[in-house]
Amino acid sequence: MIAKQVNQKAWFMVLPVFLIVAFSAVIPLMTVVNYSVQDTFGNNVFFWVGFDWFRDLVHSPRFHQAFLRQLLFSGIILAIEIPLGIAIALTMPKKGWGVPLCLVNMALPLLIPWNVVGTIWQIFGRVDIGLLGHTLAAFGIDYNYTQDPIAAWITVVIMDIWHWTSLVVLLCYAGLCSIPDAYYQAARIDGASRWAIFRYIQLPKMHRVLLIAILLRFMDSFMIYTEPFVVTGGGPGNSTTFLSIDLVKLAIGQFDLGNAAAMSLVYFLIILLSSWIFYTVMSNVGEESSPTKEGGGA
Amino acid sequence: MRLKWLVPVIYIFFLLLPIYWLVNMSLKTNEEILSVFSLWPQHLTFDNYRVIFTDKSWYSGYINSMIYVSINVVISVTFALPAAYAFSRYSFVGDKHLFFWLLTNRMAPPAVFALPFFQLYSSIGLFDTHIAVALAHCLFNLPLAVWILEGFMSGIPKEIDETAFVDGYSWPRFFVKIFIPNIASGIGVTAFFCFMFSWVELLLARTLTSVHAKPISAIMTRTVSASGLDWGVLAAAGALTILPGALVIWFVRNHIAKGFALGRV
Repeated sequence: MIAKQVNQKAWFMVLPVFLIVAFSAVIPLMTVVNYSVQDTFGNNVFFWVGFDWFRDLVHSPRFHQAFLRQLLFSGIILAIEIPLGIAIALTMPKKGWGVPLCLVNMALPLLIPWNVVGTIWQIFGRVDIGLLGHTLAAFGIDYNYTQDPIAAWITVVIMDIWHWTSLVVLLCYAGLCSIPDAYYQAARIDGASRWAIFRYIQLPKMHRVLLIAILLRFMDSFMIYTEPFVVTGGGPGNSTTFLSIDLVKLAIGQFDLGNAAAMSLVYFLIILLSSWIFYTVMSNVGEESSPTKEGGGA
Repeated sequence: MRLKWLVPVIYIFFLLLPIYWLVNMSLKTNEEILSVFSLWPQHLTFDNYRVIFTDKSWYSGYINSMIYVSINVVISVTFALPAAYAFSRYSFVGDKHLFFWLLTNRMAPPAVFALPFFQLYSSIGLFDTHIAVALAHCLFNLPLAVWILEGFMSGIPKEIDETAFVDGYSWPRFFVKIFIPNIASGIGVTAFFCFMFSWVELLLARTLTSVHAKPISAIMTRTVSASGLDWGVLAAAGALTILPGALVIWFVRNHIAKGFALGRV
């Protein structure tokens, strides 16, 4: 690693960003902390309750269930999207007119507003007017995402695959594009099998981007709100009520500020822990690969 | 491996099918949507689109979204540039902690911030303004912009800076005349990502607006819950929200592959 020049004046360059983010992050966070240790009888009169809300939360079956649902959802979509994304990236054309065609079409779902993604799948899956729902019904398959929890889960998972697999594909594709042709030629001379090329050339080169993909997908799926909210509204029953949906229900629906604030903090701490692991792993990988690092960036 | 091309083709077909269905529905009348099941419109009509382009409560949503997204992109890129330079070139007290703290905000669930943001912006009189949404979106876009730009800037050799200073450039002149042209594609990619995340976000944008700055996506949800049955107009509004994204992708298509690796391949 090239030693960076020590320069305390650099703080002045960072200061504007620091102030804006602090304004947007610290003040609201303090509000949440404030609510999490107080209770009210209305009329803006608050009194100190200490850690009661947290104790309630830790013993609340509702929170446990939402949390397990959330873990299950994130696990399922990671297990499907990552291998699928790698497979598609490997089969994408490397040059010619197919490249921009693939890239533009694949990036499209990423730029659709999240509630429109929900609307698209809500319409697509309906038995009366949707292509998917109607086709399945024509084959005699009983599919109704508004009543059957399993159908609702399948819809939400497929929707997420539709929405986000492209991110994994594009990241892996960028990693694959950075492999010089000479590597493949050398492999051909050595008579390497297709699997050996993947295992010893392509996978190591995708290592870094794959890590970004896994962690971005984990965190974003952990915060998912809009898409399942539009499609299922958290139902049927509570079967697709993930953490964010539960939190908004609690805070804005029931205006249960103390509980919501305690839940917010615990939720935020979970994500903070994950991002700390993310950051540590990332910077370790960065240091390992830095001696051979080619000029990153375009 | 002759059939290798089939995989991306099937995948793209899977991606485009639901979008096709949306566009298909937006070109039908409500009677047709509910009565006949057909793969393409039997009676082609543009009435749904006409409703959106003539009714102010609809088209102002697109204008509002565009305004706050633009403000957000400008703020994010402008402020992130010097900060990213500082992170990529200098070491200073607390730099690693600061960088990590910035990133944690990218990971913060918007659901946690919805209610406090509402109270904060109401108390300073910014509720229902474009600037409020733009500032709120800075919470995740500004750290992201710093992160992406830092990746691109670290790819520029330090010798460029040193040569310029030896040649007698002042820092601001060097930054604008030499450094920024060198990372132009990085800035483009950053702007693309800021546009993307501000354009697709709904929860904060909806919480912080009521009338004057209401984004198109929030107007759509209101229509669903109120009348619930005007499928044609809903589909047309949805189809129109895909358009700006498609245009932006078309402009950055040559940088998209590298851009998604955030300058870190």
